[in-house]
Amino acid sequence: MREFWRRFSRNRAALVGLAIFAAALATAVFGPLYYPDGPFKLVDKPFLPPGGEYLFGTDMLGRDVAAGIAYGARTSLMIGFASTALAIVGGAFVGGIAGYYGRWVDEGLMRWTEIFQTIPFFIFAILLVAVLAPSVGSVVFAIAVVSWPPMTRLVRGEFMSMRNREFVEACIGMGMSDRRVIFVHILPNCLSSVIVTGSLMVATAILTESSLSFLGLSDPNLMSWGFMVGAGREFLQRAPWLSAIPGVAILLTVLAINLVGEGLNDALNPRLRHL
Amino acid sequence: MSAAGPSRWLRFILRRLLQAVPTLFVIAVLNFGIIQLAPGDAADVLAGEAGGATPEYMAQLRQRFGLDQPKYVQLLVYVKNVLSFDLGYSFRNGMPVRDLILQRLGPTLLLMGTTIVLSIGLGVLLGLAAAAWVNTWRDNVVSVFSLLSYATPLFWVGLMLIMVFSLRLGWFPTSGMEAIAEFHEGWDRVVDIAHHLVLPATTLSLFYMALYTRLMRAAMLEQWGMDYVTTARAKGLTERGIAFRHVLRNAVLPVVTMAGVQVGALLGGSVVVETVFGWPGMGLLAFQSLFARDVNLLLGIFFISACLVVLVNLLVDLIYFALDPRIEVR
Repeated sequence: MREFWRRFSRNRAALVGLAIFAAALATAVFGPLYYPDGPFKLVDKPFLPPGGEYLFGTDMLGRDVAAGIAYGARTSLMIGFASTALAIVGGAFVGGIAGYYGRWVDEGLMRWTEIFQTIPFFIFAILLVAVLAPSVGSVVFAIAVVSWPPMTRLVRGEFMSMRNREFVEACIGMGMSDRRVIFVHILPNCLSSVIVTGSLMVATAILTESSLSFLGLSDPNLMSWGFMVGAGREFLQRAPWLSAIPGVAILLTVLAINLVGEGLNDALNPRLRHL
Repeated sequence: MSAAGPSRWLRFILRRLLQAVPTLFVIAVLNFGIIQLAPGDAADVLAGEAGGATPEYMAQLRQRFGLDQPKYVQLLVYVKNVLSFDLGYSFRNGMPVRDLILQRLGPTLLLMGTTIVLSIGLGVLLGLAAAAWVNTWRDNVVSVFSLLSYATPLFWVGLMLIMVFSLRLGWFPTSGMEAIAEFHEGWDRVVDIAHHLVLPATTLSLFYMALYTRLMRAAMLEQWGMDYVTTARAKGLTERGIAFRHVLRNAVLPVVTMAGVQVGALLGGSVVVETVFGWPGMGLLAFQSLFARDVNLLLGIFFISACLVVLVNLLVDLIYFALDPRIEVR
């Protein structure tokens, strides 16, 4: 662990990313406590500019933009992590089976994965959310459905390279069940690359969520950054901050997660270091 | 171009098109599954449009659409229809879905084509520059720029560009593809459309340009370490000659591959960008169909997009063969 931290902290950009991410996380956890009335409460006159009584001003209905940012942080991070977790479980499962059993199982599953990779994934996500009706559940499901293929390919590759290593042969020789070999012995060895890819997937998921909610496909009961940008769009001339501020929030969060992901990559997979 | 005769290329293209059939088949089946997920069927939709209908009339409608048939028959009929590009009827627009989409295909292809050329061109140039100045401040500037572009939501870039360049400076129009009221013709019309194209194409290109820049930089640095570069140096070639004649050609291959992989994502991005800029393409049609709750139209757009991805990937492979004669066309 100390060794890991030493390598991670050598990367200055990753440390900056970690700091921004910590700020976003703190906003998501504690921000809503500071605004107990929720993001939809009308607090004052509409279109008050930022920097006055309200940190980020008020929107076209007189809602506090800062409260929206705080609740939006919660929505973005929650959906980002939940959908990625789901995609990792699904992707690792399919990839693990394909890589472990090989041959026709692998052939069939990979064909299926390839088809999913050619699909215009964002349009598919739009379709799923539109048909299932926008809610946290449908958005998480849709993002997970469109983001599992890279994880599948990664886990499959790792499994294929480990399938014939001595420790796996030994496990099989001892008469262990396939399930035990897969989950207890091979999977933990893939963990570092799964974490790295997973962290980058969270960033993509947050971007996808923001695009969906910008188009109006978000849970109507939750505030979301993409929704705020979309709602402020009509008032670009009069109140540019309504679109600008939530966009900066998305940008910073995604940037931070990307930086942390690259730092993790350098720290966990020093062999695979990108140029 | 390799020495393969024209019939060989034709055979390759035909085979690739045949290979695409299973993909399109799966998408048709997925579409059918999605229809089943949606609440209500076509008869309900029609009845809703008409403001109610008697049960007898509903039964009659169901029979006409084959909705009284067993599910597997419905599936087969649906898949057969979709694979023959019969995508159903959009009651909201009073038009067959296929015709609606075909009307919107041109603007989307224009936006996509411009974006691909722009993002690959600039991405390759920036990647080259970053690799040539590796680990200097210029390299860092390029890296920071691509990291930022990588993390920015497309719709936000679009809105900010509109705010600065359309509303404040008034350099570019805020939306649409041409000033229809002015009836431009010939060359004037081309200029007008290009003028409208600048902001949407820039917005959509930014992300991909960042991607290709990073890829190109990594590929250039990797190729510089290869043995053939040493050989070329030993032959007495100049560094510039090596870079442009030999290294560039190899380093561009991963970029071309990635461009093929990204086509599907590009179409998704164009939904957002066309919505922001009111660009009258397939993406805007998708957004409008969302508002009209026209699932059938959305399904059609999804299917046609997938077909586009298949076609562009074929094109990318052909370019790949042209660039790399070592790969044989079979």
